[in-house]
Amino acid sequence: MKSENEIKMWTPTTAFLVLIMIFGLVIMVYRLFKGLGAVTNLSDRFPWGLWIGVDVLGGVAMAAGGFLIAGAVYILNMKKYRPIVRAAILNAFFGYLLAATAITLDIGLPWNIWHPIVMWQIHSVMWVVAIHVVLYTSTLATESSPMFFEKFGMEKAAGFIHKIIVPVVLFGVLLSTLHQSSLGAVYLIAARKLSPFWYNSQVPTLFLISAVMMGLSMVSFETILSEKYLGHKADIGILSGLARGTLITGVILFIAKIWFLFRGPGIPAAFNGTMEANMYLLEMIVGVVLPIILLSMKNVRENMKSIFFVDILVISGVLLNRLNVSIFGVYRDQAATGFSYFPTWMEFVVTFAFIAFAIIGFKVSVKYLRVFPKTEAQH
Amino acid sequence: MADTKPKGVLVDLTRCIGCRGCQIACKEWNERSVKKTVMYGNFTNPPELNSECYTNIRYIEQDNGGVPVWSFVKNQCLHCKNPACASVCPVEALKKTEAGPVTYNFERCIGCRYCMLACPFYIPKYEWEKAVPWVRKCTFCSERVANGLVPACIKVCPTQTMYYSDFDGVRAEAERRISENPGKYVSHIYGKEEAGGTSWIYISGVPFETLGFNMAIPAQPYPDLTWAYIKKIPAVIGVVIAAGAVSWAITRRNKNMDKEE
Repeated sequence: MKSENEIKMWTPTTAFLVLIMIFGLVIMVYRLFKGLGAVTNLSDRFPWGLWIGVDVLGGVAMAAGGFLIAGAVYILNMKKYRPIVRAAILNAFFGYLLAATAITLDIGLPWNIWHPIVMWQIHSVMWVVAIHVVLYTSTLATESSPMFFEKFGMEKAAGFIHKIIVPVVLFGVLLSTLHQSSLGAVYLIAARKLSPFWYNSQVPTLFLISAVMMGLSMVSFETILSEKYLGHKADIGILSGLARGTLITGVILFIAKIWFLFRGPGIPAAFNGTMEANMYLLEMIVGVVLPIILLSMKNVRENMKSIFFVDILVISGVLLNRLNVSIFGVYRDQAATGFSYFPTWMEFVVTFAFIAFAIIGFKVSVKYLRVFPKTEAQH
Repeated sequence: MADTKPKGVLVDLTRCIGCRGCQIACKEWNERSVKKTVMYGNFTNPPELNSECYTNIRYIEQDNGGVPVWSFVKNQCLHCKNPACASVCPVEALKKTEAGPVTYNFERCIGCRYCMLACPFYIPKYEWEKAVPWVRKCTFCSERVANGLVPACIKVCPTQTMYYSDFDGVRAEAERRISENPGKYVSHIYGKEEAGGTSWIYISGVPFETLGFNMAIPAQPYPDLTWAYIKKIPAVIGVVIAAGAVSWAITRRNKNMDKEE
C-alpha cells in the first residue's frame, strides 16, 4: 500500500481529465444561458438522450456496488469484503453526485430541481425517483462521512456514525432497491412506444437485477484499477467472491431476459436482423452470455486479468441495456416521423466530463482519506 | 350560461373541409407565433405539432376506385379522462381539471419532459430553443371554457365539425349520428375506449387506421401502468427491512458464537 504522498497527483492522465472537466463545465454554463436546444440534439420526438441514458440511468446502475458491499459487510457480516467497503461506498457517492448533477443539467428548469421535495405527486414514478435520489445521496454522504471525520480528527463524530451504521446501511439497501427498480418503472408508461425487446411488466425487476450485476462488476473493476494505479493491494479472494456474485446474478438475469423474450416478441424475433434485434443480441451477448460462460470457469474467476476483462464486458453490456431502453428501443417508432437523434459533440464532452469528475474525485479521496485499510482490519 | 359538467368535444371528420381556420384561431387566442416550414409534398402544415402550434389539420388523399378522396383530420390534445402526462408529472404541473381540460402550470414545472415520453399521442411539445422553456400543448382553451365560452377553434369552424357539450353529451351525440346515418360512418368512436377514454372523441367516414390514428393504443387507462409498480412500494419497504433485520440478527449471532469459540 502506497502511503498518502506516494500517489502522484499530477500525472498526464489526471491533467487530461481535468482539462475535459473544465471543457465540460464551460458547456454546462453555456447550456444554462442558451437552453437545451443550443447544446443538445434533443427534439420533440427524442425528449431524452445521452445524458439520461448514460449519465443518469448508467451512472445510477454503476453506483449499485455501494449498497451491495455495504449490505454484505454490515447487514450480512461478510467480513471478507470489509477492505473494499469504503471504496465501494465512496464510488457510489460519486456516482450519485454525478447522476444528480446530470439530471439537474438535463431538466429544462434546473433552478426548480427542488420542487418534488415540496410538491408531492405520489402517482408519478418520476417523483419517486427524485425523492430516492435525494434520500440515497444523503445516506451515502452519511455512510462515507467517517472518512472525512477521521481526516479532520473528529473521532467522536466518526464514532457516532459507526454506532448507527447498521440502520443507515439498511436504509440505504432499501432506497437502492427501490431506486434501481423505479428507474425501470419510469418506462412502464411507454407501452407501445418502447420496443417489446425491452418493454414488459417486469422492467423494474430487470433494472434491479442488471444493476446488481453491474454493481458487483464495477466494484471489482475499481478495485483492480486501484491496484494498478493507486497502489492498493487487491485481494484475489475478494475479487473471486465478487466474480461468483456476478456469475449468479448473470444467470438469473439470463433466465429472466429469455423468459420475457419468449413471452414478448418471441425468441425467433431476436434473429430477425432489425436494428432493435441486433442491439438486443449485442447487449445479451456482451453483457450476459459471454460473462456467464467465462465466469463459469474456475480459472477465469481466480485470475485478476481475466476478471478485469469480464468486468469490462458486464459494464459495457449493462450500459448498452440502458442506452437500448432510453434511445435505441424507441428509435424506430420516432424515426418513422422523420426525426432522428445522435448526440452533439457537446453532449459527449459533458458526459466524459462527469466520468472524469468521478475518477478524479476518487483518486483525490484515496490520496487524502483512508479509503483502503493500511494492513490490519479497520474500525 | 356556464354549467359545471365536465366538457367534451366530438370531432365529426365527415364535416371538415380543411380550411385551417381553427389553426389560425388557436394561434391568435393562445398568442403563438409561427415556425418556418418547407414544401415537402404534403399539405399538412406544419407537418407536426410544435411548441408554437397546438392544433393542425392533417391532409390525407386516398384513392377510391380511381377517384381521389380527401380527408382532413383535426389534430390536438385529446384531454384524456385519465391522462398519462398528468399521472407521470412529478410536481403536478400537468393536471386534469374538473371542467375537462388538461392544464399546464409553468410555475410548478421542472422541465423533466416525462410527459412527452408518457403521452401515447405525442402531444406535449417543448421549447427547446429557449433558456426558460415551457411544455406546450392544446389548453382546451381552459380560461374560455371556465367563463362559459367555447374553445377558439370551435368558435371559428365554418362547418361545425366540432360538437361541444358535456362529456356524456358528446358520447351520446356520437352514437346517435352513427346509428341515424347508416353507411355514413365507420362503426368506431375514436377516444371512447383508447387510453381509457378521452374528452375529445372522433367519428369518421373512412377507417381511422388509414387516417394516421394509432389503433394500437390499449383501452386501459395509462396511469395504471405505473401505479402497478408504485402500489407495491410499501410492501417492498416492509420485506426489505424485515429481511435485512433478520439476516443482520442471524449473522451477528453467528459472529458472536465464532468469538466465543
